[in-house]
Amino acid sequence: MDRRRFLAFRQDSVRKDSITSPRAGQGAVGTLFNPDVAGRPRAPTLESDNDVSVRNTELKLRCTCGCTLDVFTCRTTDFTCTYSPALHREVVDLFAEGKTSEAVIAAFVDKYGEKILMAPKPEGFNLAGYVVPGAAILAVGGIVAWIINRRVQLSRHRASAGADAGLPVAAAATNAELERLERELAEMEK
Amino acid sequence: MTLLGNFALWAALLFGIWGAVLAFSNRWHGRPEVALSVTRSVYAVFAALVVASVALWKGIIAHDFNIEYVWAYTSRNLPAGYLFSAFWAGQKGSLLFWAVVLSLFASLAQAMTPRRYAALMPYVAGVTSSVAVFFVAVMLFSGANPFERLPFTPADGRGLNPQLQNPGMMIHPPMLYLGYISITIPFAFAMAALLSRKLDTGWIHAMRRWMLVSWLFLSIGITLGMWWAYVELGWGGYWAWDPVENASLLPWLTMTAFLHSVMIQEKRGMLKRWNLSLVVGTFLLSIFGTFITRSGVIASVHSFTQSNVGYYFLAFLFLIAVVSYTLLYTRWPLLEADVELESMVSREAAFLFNNLLFVGIAFSVLWGTLFPILSEAVRGTKITVGPPFFNKVNVPLGLLLLGLTGIGPLIAWRKASVQNLRRQFAFPVGVGVVVAALLSALGVRELAPLMTWGLAGFVSGTIAQEFWRGTRARIRMHGETVPVALAHLVGRNRRRYGGYIVHLGMLVYFVAFAGMAFKVQREATLKPGESVELKSPFGHTYTFTHVGISQFKQFNRYVSAATIEVARDGVPDGRIVSEKRQHFTVNELGTEEASFEPSTEVGIRSGLQEDIYIVFAGAVNGTEEAVYRFNINPLVWWVWAGGFILAFGGLITMWPGGGTMAASRRSAQAGYGVELSTTGAGAET
Repeated sequence: MDRRRFLAFRQDSVRKDSITSPRAGQGAVGTLFNPDVAGRPRAPTLESDNDVSVRNTELKLRCTCGCTLDVFTCRTTDFTCTYSPALHREVVDLFAEGKTSEAVIAAFVDKYGEKILMAPKPEGFNLAGYVVPGAAILAVGGIVAWIINRRVQLSRHRASAGADAGLPVAAAATNAELERLERELAEMEK
Repeated sequence: MTLLGNFALWAALLFGIWGAVLAFSNRWHGRPEVALSVTRSVYAVFAALVVASVALWKGIIAHDFNIEYVWAYTSRNLPAGYLFSAFWAGQKGSLLFWAVVLSLFASLAQAMTPRRYAALMPYVAGVTSSVAVFFVAVMLFSGANPFERLPFTPADGRGLNPQLQNPGMMIHPPMLYLGYISITIPFAFAMAALLSRKLDTGWIHAMRRWMLVSWLFLSIGITLGMWWAYVELGWGGYWAWDPVENASLLPWLTMTAFLHSVMIQEKRGMLKRWNLSLVVGTFLLSIFGTFITRSGVIASVHSFTQSNVGYYFLAFLFLIAVVSYTLLYTRWPLLEADVELESMVSREAAFLFNNLLFVGIAFSVLWGTLFPILSEAVRGTKITVGPPFFNKVNVPLGLLLLGLTGIGPLIAWRKASVQNLRRQFAFPVGVGVVVAALLSALGVRELAPLMTWGLAGFVSGTIAQEFWRGTRARIRMHGETVPVALAHLVGRNRRRYGGYIVHLGMLVYFVAFAGMAFKVQREATLKPGESVELKSPFGHTYTFTHVGISQFKQFNRYVSAATIEVARDGVPDGRIVSEKRQHFTVNELGTEEASFEPSTEVGIRSGLQEDIYIVFAGAVNGTEEAVYRFNINPLVWWVWAGGFILAFGGLITMWPGGGTMAASRRSAQAGYGVELSTTGAGAET
């Protein structure tokens, strides 16, 4: 490895001093050879980072960095976002004030607007978002079922009427139907 | 090379216009030499676009950074494999890729379609040429020309986005593109049938395999996308209901609906209008997906290729929709069903409801994707529609669909009797109930996973019963052994049993998806030698011990590799490495400079039960003290297994030969003759 080029990567002159501290594998906690290429520096994990209530709340809040992810996923994914750790601290602080998850979410909505929610509240116009797909499927399904049922009933009724009259099957048909029958019989003969 | 590339694009445009104008002018009727010219124009477009593609690849490989596209997506130190995939990494290159693959498919369709469909082929050529012309025109006239030159020549390129520097990106986008692009061929056949008024089942037989090809590519592309998201993005999941993910799912749903409903048209002569609408709708959704991907009109994490080009696609979408549905409307009277449904309890009715659900889910995904725009238009308020919304709306629909996957094959064509239903349903329902009861007894209390796995038991019972009955019949009739009978059963009824294998793949998907409800995760900061424990949903205790961080230079990046020693239930189980990568390029002064934000490489140990998923989040104050996220993700391996099974089933279904039944025989078996009495005289035969 080209050490000179490797070090040329460093841009933070302050960190050059840390090179004199123990190397990796030397001492309890060695210093990285080049911390600048090891991603954004991290603070140690706190107990609140693993709190289930905090996590579940953050899953319902959107990160404001424009990534479209929720705060929890964003802050634990590529670790380059600076927004989601700040939002996480806000959530933790609000919980520390004794707020419930619902109150934390309400505080976020007050501060950032409805867009901060990963899913809109099911009220007012938003209800349409939740209800329309299911209602449309039910409505179309109902109509289809009704049409099919009606046609099946009609078909059975015709069949029984034909049978009651004791007529030959063809006699119960309309002229158009008989014409079609003949045409299709002729096609079958081909 | 840019001159040659530009010349080739212009040649493709002119050949395409020639072919389309000639095809739609109808002057080829009775003039074989004109029809031949239409066909040859398709081949000429393909040849011209191959030349353009070679020119672009040549520029990429030669590091000609004077070409804006080459500068924007490659660098001198980019590994060779990614130089190859850089072709489709950006907007402009992917448009050329789309056009060349479309022209390849169009040429194959012309060359491989049997002569008995000759009357359709000039129209097919006209439609495919029109679509190709659109793509080439977008490149030439909307500022998306991949051969655009810079006013100077930079020493090095900007490099490829690190997230695209993954083997998955060499396969996933092409597969998705192949899926999207090949939809054009079934659409072209549908349009040809409408234009030529040849609306019997001929066009369906001519295009069915193309639809399967398209479906297969899209299925593989979507699964590979999930895999790439899982191994590369580092968030521990594989599906986030992102608008671009949704855009790929939409045509897949309608295509799957079509592959079911087309059976009703082939066997019973019903749903002709519906099937044509589905083919047109599928093509429109593929263009809509392209619009979403490239316009940036809806916020998405897939922001690689956003530009104004999207609006050209929106205009194209409207144009195609108006032309197609107008054409469909004018042919409406010619598309009457041959027979009517005889009973609500029949295979046909089950397929109808299956179609309703597929299209309903597609609608619900589309609705959710577009709802933020609608909400802003109506209320003036911006909202976010993310995974919680989609899960709430789509999980119940998905479960219904899973149930229907098991119900459909159990119901007889035309009309099922109570005895028949009892005989068919007893075993699968029994399996479903036993599975649900067993899991409940084992402590599974979450409703959605319990229902999913219970329904999966039911569907697996259906599939097993179908295979067993078929195999048993062969053993009785031919005296074959079980493996031989099974092989012959599948080999001679590829469409049916391939379809059941696809159902098995879907069932495995659902089982795996439900597993993620039980994922376990925690963050921890560890000094070398320190450990953290995590209990998995399967009851194992994992101990993760931080070994240290090593740094080295590799290809075009500096790597910081954090190593974790794993022990399962106290037994050492090897090491897992997760990395931070800082990519670099070399500037004019020969100095390396960071080209992108640092990226993360996840450490994954995949198993049949669960995946260990470790993400190195970063180092504390430049020391070896490392911050990690540890995930235990249950049943993820089965998602990829489901993908393989699905693709295998799809391949069996579309494999040529092997006892393919003549269309007339298929129809006769399903009771085509019944139409004469039921619609005519009302008597049952």
